[in-house]
Amino acid sequence: MKALKKLMDKARPAFEPGGKLHAFRSVYDGMDTFLFTPRETSKSGVHIHDSMDSKRTMIIVVLALMPCLFFGMYNCGYQHWLACGATEFPFWELLLYGFLAILPAIVVSYVVGLGIEFCVAQWRGEEIQEGFLVTGMLIPMICPIETPLWMIAVATAFSVIFVKEVFGGTGYNIFNVALVTRAFLFFSYPSKMSGDNVFISHDSILGLGGMAPDGFSGATPLGQVAVSGADSAQGVAQAMTDVAGNPIDLWHMFLGLIPGSFAETSTLCILIGAAILLFTRIASWRIVLSVFAGGAVMALIAHCFATPTYPASFLSVGDQLCLGGFAFAAVFMAPDPVTSCRTNVGKYIYGFLVGVVAILIRTYNNGYPEGAMLAVLLMNALAPLIDYCVVEANVRRRMRRVAAKQ
Amino acid sequence: MAEKISYKDIFFNPFSKNNPVIVQILGICSCLAVTAKLEPAIVMGLSVIAVLAFANVIISLIRKTIPTNIRIIVQLVVVAALVIIVNQLLLAYAYDVALQLSVFIGLIITNCILMGRLEAFAMGNKPWPAFLDGVGNGVGYALILIIVAFFRELLGSGTLLGFQVIPQCFYDAGYANNGLMILPPMALIVVACVIWVHRARNKELQENS
Repeated sequence: MKALKKLMDKARPAFEPGGKLHAFRSVYDGMDTFLFTPRETSKSGVHIHDSMDSKRTMIIVVLALMPCLFFGMYNCGYQHWLACGATEFPFWELLLYGFLAILPAIVVSYVVGLGIEFCVAQWRGEEIQEGFLVTGMLIPMICPIETPLWMIAVATAFSVIFVKEVFGGTGYNIFNVALVTRAFLFFSYPSKMSGDNVFISHDSILGLGGMAPDGFSGATPLGQVAVSGADSAQGVAQAMTDVAGNPIDLWHMFLGLIPGSFAETSTLCILIGAAILLFTRIASWRIVLSVFAGGAVMALIAHCFATPTYPASFLSVGDQLCLGGFAFAAVFMAPDPVTSCRTNVGKYIYGFLVGVVAILIRTYNNGYPEGAMLAVLLMNALAPLIDYCVVEANVRRRMRRVAAKQ
Repeated sequence: MAEKISYKDIFFNPFSKNNPVIVQILGICSCLAVTAKLEPAIVMGLSVIAVLAFANVIISLIRKTIPTNIRIIVQLVVVAALVIIVNQLLLAYAYDVALQLSVFIGLIITNCILMGRLEAFAMGNKPWPAFLDGVGNGVGYALILIIVAFFRELLGSGTLLGFQVIPQCFYDAGYANNGLMILPPMALIVVACVIWVHRARNKELQENS
């Protein structure tokens, strides 16, 4: 660490105004403050004492994602072993396999996204913002494990440029960058983003694991339900099986040993992440709570009016909340402070509608077995409108109060 | 006309500096609808050039006799007649493309570029400059259509004018066509990129913010 500090200090003059590498000052600055504390700190007379800057916030979100990430690694290995027909599941090998499977995707997403951020910061002569720390981690976590790396690279580049940089960079994006990446992949390469064999890793990596046999069905439970044509709650329950053909019950869904996008399967780990985010007050509890409330209400309505035309309507409320990306979206996507509502009342409305729309799409459109992504993106677009209405309503109420007093 | 513009400017301005699509932001709807493939985009571009040029000439010829109160109706009748002729020609000689374009040939009549040019130029100018203006604006429109359709067909289908340009070995290596390129939202984004590049190169077009 000391050697690194020395190196950075030695390189400093070249980056200062007038130095040889002046043009790359923001890269140097970004690296320096990322590795060490900022050099210029206030000496005295600071009025606000708070260690929460956006770097700290981002790091806490990344920490909150860790349970999901580690569980995703384990689950990735577990599903692969299961698909190969194994009966024993060595813990560390499973974890290592999952780690090796996800590592390239994380590297690609960070290299592409940060590369674009660095370039844009140079070009505009601004400091590098740290917004991509979380996004870069989220992108591989919400994609199927078999997504080709070049697709992740293209989609990341697209969404960082068109959703974030053209609107002014970190903090100005109108949509959630990670979700737009996934939406881009979903609409561009549908065959790689849904179906039977994208959610489970096929090949052995560095000698770990085996070759999965062709023709196993690794669809997500929601995908199985959507194509099952089941006409009763029992039929739906029978339709949901794991790779080996064993039925999946609510406990499995909650724990998360089921096929799905990398880190979204385990509701338990998501709730641990939620506890961290809510305890540190980074995520708004109003949004998280109301997303779950909205989802539960809509799931209950769908369950009461279940029809065989839409098999997913037979799923119970618990199933709906635990399956697919719903919980992950509720905790890590919907409360994104940049793209959600600012007002407290708006947060309730926003969150509730995210939950309702997610279950609505998932249940009543058999073509889209998962609706959480589209629901959050739709409500991102509506969030400013909700805020506007809330503020206007408040203004009108107070104007009336003033008028009544006079 | 307050200032005299040379014929050259009348013809060439709409290509870039005063392009109907990327500067005046007119005719965006058809730009989204017909640009999934290059061939219909070219045919659409040619149709608009033909309709716009002749409508401009006809309106310019009778501009002194059109009563001001009903001039929009007269313009519509002229454009409608021309559109029907173009549509019938396409049905007769390019049936497949006509089917792909479906209603959008008929909808040329609602294209803002047409009414805009007729109102702004043909009503106040002689036939020859009106003709140049019509062709110029039509070409400006067609250029953008072709640029957008080129990228959309290349990236969305891997073909150009129906011929496979992306070799099979790419697909074997894991390349896949981008399905989003075929969908209308991507046309908007491609048009936005064209505008972005264009404004970056023409500083005088940038709005002050």
